[in-house]
Amino acid sequence: MLIQEGAAAAFHPQLTGAASVAVRILWLIPVVPIIAAGIVAVLKQPRRRLAAGLAIGSMSFSFVLALFAFAHVVASWASGFAVRETVNFAWFHIGNEAVAMGWILDPLAAVMLVMVTFVGLLIFIYSTGYMAHDENFTRFFCFLALFAGAMLSLVISNSLLLLFMSWEIVGLTSYLLIGFWYHKPSAAAAAKKAFMTTRVGDVLFLLGMVWLFAETGTLLFYNHGAGSLEGFALGILLTQHAGLGLTAAGAIGLLIFAGAVGKSGQFPLHVWLPDAMEGPTPVSALIHAATMVAAGVYLVARVFPLMQAGAAGIGTTAAFGSTTALEVITWTGAVTAVFAALIAVAQDDIKRILAYSTVSQLGYMMAGLGMGGIAVGMFHLITHAFFKSLLFLGAGSVIHGSHDEQDIRRMGGLRSAMPVTFVVYAIGMLALCGFPLLFSGFWSKDGILEAAHGWSLSKAPFDLLVFGALLTAFYMTRQVSYVFFGRWRGHGHAHESPRVMTVPMCLLAFFAIALGVIGTPAWAWFRGFLLNEPAAVNFAAFASSDLLMLMGASTFVVFLGIGLAWWLYGNRSPAAEEPDKLEKAAPWAWAALRNRLYVDEIYEVTVLAFFHWWARVADWLDRRIWGGIVAGVAMAFRGWAQLNRLIDTFWVDGGFDKGCEELSTSGGLLARAHTGRVQTYLRLLALGFVVLFIVLIWSSRP
Amino acid sequence: MTPLTAYLLVAALLFAIGLAGALTRRSAILVLIGIELMLNAANLNLIAFWRYGPHPEFLTGMMFAIFSIAVAAAEAAVGLGLVISIYRHTQTTDVDQITRMKG
Amino acid sequence: MSGVFYFISAVTVAGALAAVLLRNTIHCALALAVAFAGLALLFLSLDAQFVGFVQILVYIGAVVILVVFAILLTRDSEAPNQGVYSRTWLAGLVITAAVFAFLAWAVLASLPGLPRRAVAPAASVQDIGNALMTRYVLPLEIIAVLLTAATIGAVIVAMHEKARSK
Repeated sequence: MLIQEGAAAAFHPQLTGAASVAVRILWLIPVVPIIAAGIVAVLKQPRRRLAAGLAIGSMSFSFVLALFAFAHVVASWASGFAVRETVNFAWFHIGNEAVAMGWILDPLAAVMLVMVTFVGLLIFIYSTGYMAHDENFTRFFCFLALFAGAMLSLVISNSLLLLFMSWEIVGLTSYLLIGFWYHKPSAAAAAKKAFMTTRVGDVLFLLGMVWLFAETGTLLFYNHGAGSLEGFALGILLTQHAGLGLTAAGAIGLLIFAGAVGKSGQFPLHVWLPDAMEGPTPVSALIHAATMVAAGVYLVARVFPLMQAGAAGIGTTAAFGSTTALEVITWTGAVTAVFAALIAVAQDDIKRILAYSTVSQLGYMMAGLGMGGIAVGMFHLITHAFFKSLLFLGAGSVIHGSHDEQDIRRMGGLRSAMPVTFVVYAIGMLALCGFPLLFSGFWSKDGILEAAHGWSLSKAPFDLLVFGALLTAFYMTRQVSYVFFGRWRGHGHAHESPRVMTVPMCLLAFFAIALGVIGTPAWAWFRGFLLNEPAAVNFAAFASSDLLMLMGASTFVVFLGIGLAWWLYGNRSPAAEEPDKLEKAAPWAWAALRNRLYVDEIYEVTVLAFFHWWARVADWLDRRIWGGIVAGVAMAFRGWAQLNRLIDTFWVDGGFDKGCEELSTSGGLLARAHTGRVQTYLRLLALGFVVLFIVLIWSSRP
Repeated sequence: MTPLTAYLLVAALLFAIGLAGALTRRSAILVLIGIELMLNAANLNLIAFWRYGPHPEFLTGMMFAIFSIAVAAAEAAVGLGLVISIYRHTQTTDVDQITRMKG
Repeated sequence: MSGVFYFISAVTVAGALAAVLLRNTIHCALALAVAFAGLALLFLSLDAQFVGFVQILVYIGAVVILVVFAILLTRDSEAPNQGVYSRTWLAGLVITAAVFAFLAWAVLASLPGLPRRAVAPAASVQDIGNALMTRYVLPLEIIAVLLTAATIGAVIVAMHEKARSK
């Protein structure tokens, strides 16, 4: 590593020695769910219990293994040694070089593993209740298990190639799950849109990967000094220049970040995430809140040495020197955070609000990575995974309870009808808003704001992020007041969800609160764990005036947002047809926000229009030019064949026939000598005799 | 002019006359007559050479002439038989009109 | 050359000419007989007595008779309706003249090389008989076969037609 975190101890990876048991069996974590998916896929009849049992069982097994690995890493950290263990192997050989793959166990991977397996397990259990009435139950669990296996493989991969392969499979399962109800045209279109949009990012990711391989000759991250994220390779990358003032390291970093932009729904490739809500709610919770969209953030964290390479200057613990790549990441994240939050204010679909909220929070994570390093970004990722999936599961519960109604203007007063859901949803909402002190969201968001405040390059991201926090509190309160407060505006009678759905939500709610503990400045355990620093409980950290001012400011912003929204919407439950309060105040702005700031429309007019035009051009080209060439060649051949036929008929055959005719004619002519008359023959004989003897005598003259 | 030459010239003249008859007369029988004359001219040649040539004691010329006469007789018989046969078919002895072998 | 030779030659040649030139075929046959007789005399003047007499016996006695029979059987003695010479008689004559010219030239050109013998050889019938039985016995036998075949052939040729024309 080229940059040291403050005065922290250098990262001493575990020496090669004997790899621990944990890392040697690490490969089982993704493989077992994939095998379960395969078994479920070939089951003959829909066997729901078996399918669900296989999926949940494999996920539990992976969870236990993840805990085991986590414990191993924690124990090692506690005794002062950082763990970074890898198992690499050569996949195939090309000439003299080998393409290698492998997996890695380090603190980053360990926390991600635990989060993914735990949240995944809870959502699997929730799904057995949510999808109980669906006839494609088995297919759902097959895809879920496949997704889980691919995601886990992405987390533990030590090779950019293996990561990319898992990345693609994760995208595939996302497509399959978004379009789960494929007979709905909107779902099929949404799945296609998701795949296409992420593909744009993936192409750039692939370019970056290829470039990295070309420069450093390896795609492994860590390989005892020979990996692409280790000193030697980074040195090579820093010396190559790539135009636009970037080094190769910066350019490759930006290309890889482009992949993350697509997968994590950053502006401008965010358009697929809201549409992805067409899928079942557990899918939205697992994939589009907690895990898959977090894969982009995880990727940036994983290749952070590359992003950070060449950074100049050493700053405080909150900010350090920046590179072009990190700047781009920061700005993208900040802009996305505000952009999506603005749109979320004007949405009426319960899941869509949460989707835009996810996009906004991912922006926060990216900004946190860019300004504060992996600890800041990853902490928000972990806490967000818990409370966002909780919110989605809650939304699913609400939808289930209101008989598949998704418009918040047709809900209301569910506080009394669905008490458990209300409580856990409120917990999730407060965590998301960053309600001070009690909820994990406050601490993780504050970490990001702290880093932004101390960023030396500009104060603008800080302002954007604070404004975003205000908006977050506003739209979440609006949503909660519409759904849970006021009077019931829907049809039928709302009812609470079964235990199999509420119990996972309660567990998630517990962690939404409890996780805050490991991220407070008083005990920065998470940060210390990731960066291999000792972490001691130290309440004196709160004494910093900067920190207190920051905490005060964010608290104020949160209360302002909640207050504003409550004042506007509160207990009132306007009828669905009535225009929104803000709409009456600022109709143009409201319309723009409601229409998602016209990003989709812009794409339609520019990119898609170009694409349709190009398709027409290509069709014309194919039909006229290539088709013309083919037809031309065919005609040339036909002409040639005709020519040959003519030559054959007139010259060859004709010549031959003519020759035979001539022979026949000459034969006829010669046959005239056969008059049939004896005297003619005699005369010829006599003549011949004379001629012959004259010739003989003439030739024998001396 | 030796005697031999005289006889040879006479033989040549007879041969030419016989050839003329064979080549110019219409009647088939006259063609055969011409052929007989030619054969006789050849016989005359043979005998003349036997008389004036070397080794007459071998009788070569005479033998040749005798056999020639025998063959000519046989040939005349067969030929005339053929002419009669043809006459029966075509009712004519005109060689110009017998063109079945034309072509 | 003696006058006898010239006289006999003249007769022979005249007879031959008559044989090919006369219109009536019977007259031709008779002229042919005269030509044969002249030839027989020529043979006799060449001291080939046996051959001369054989000539008379065979040619005049058999061949001419045969020719006459043929003429009579084919009604060739009647006046022809189209003339006795072929339409292209001139070509034949020219060819004949060419042949004769060539033969005469050959004879006259080889004049110095021709042998001359004044003494007449002796050829008795006994010698001829001896020769036939010893030196020329094979040709003799073959001639016998030939004559047999010719006889049979002629008979068949003539007879077949007789049977069919019935």
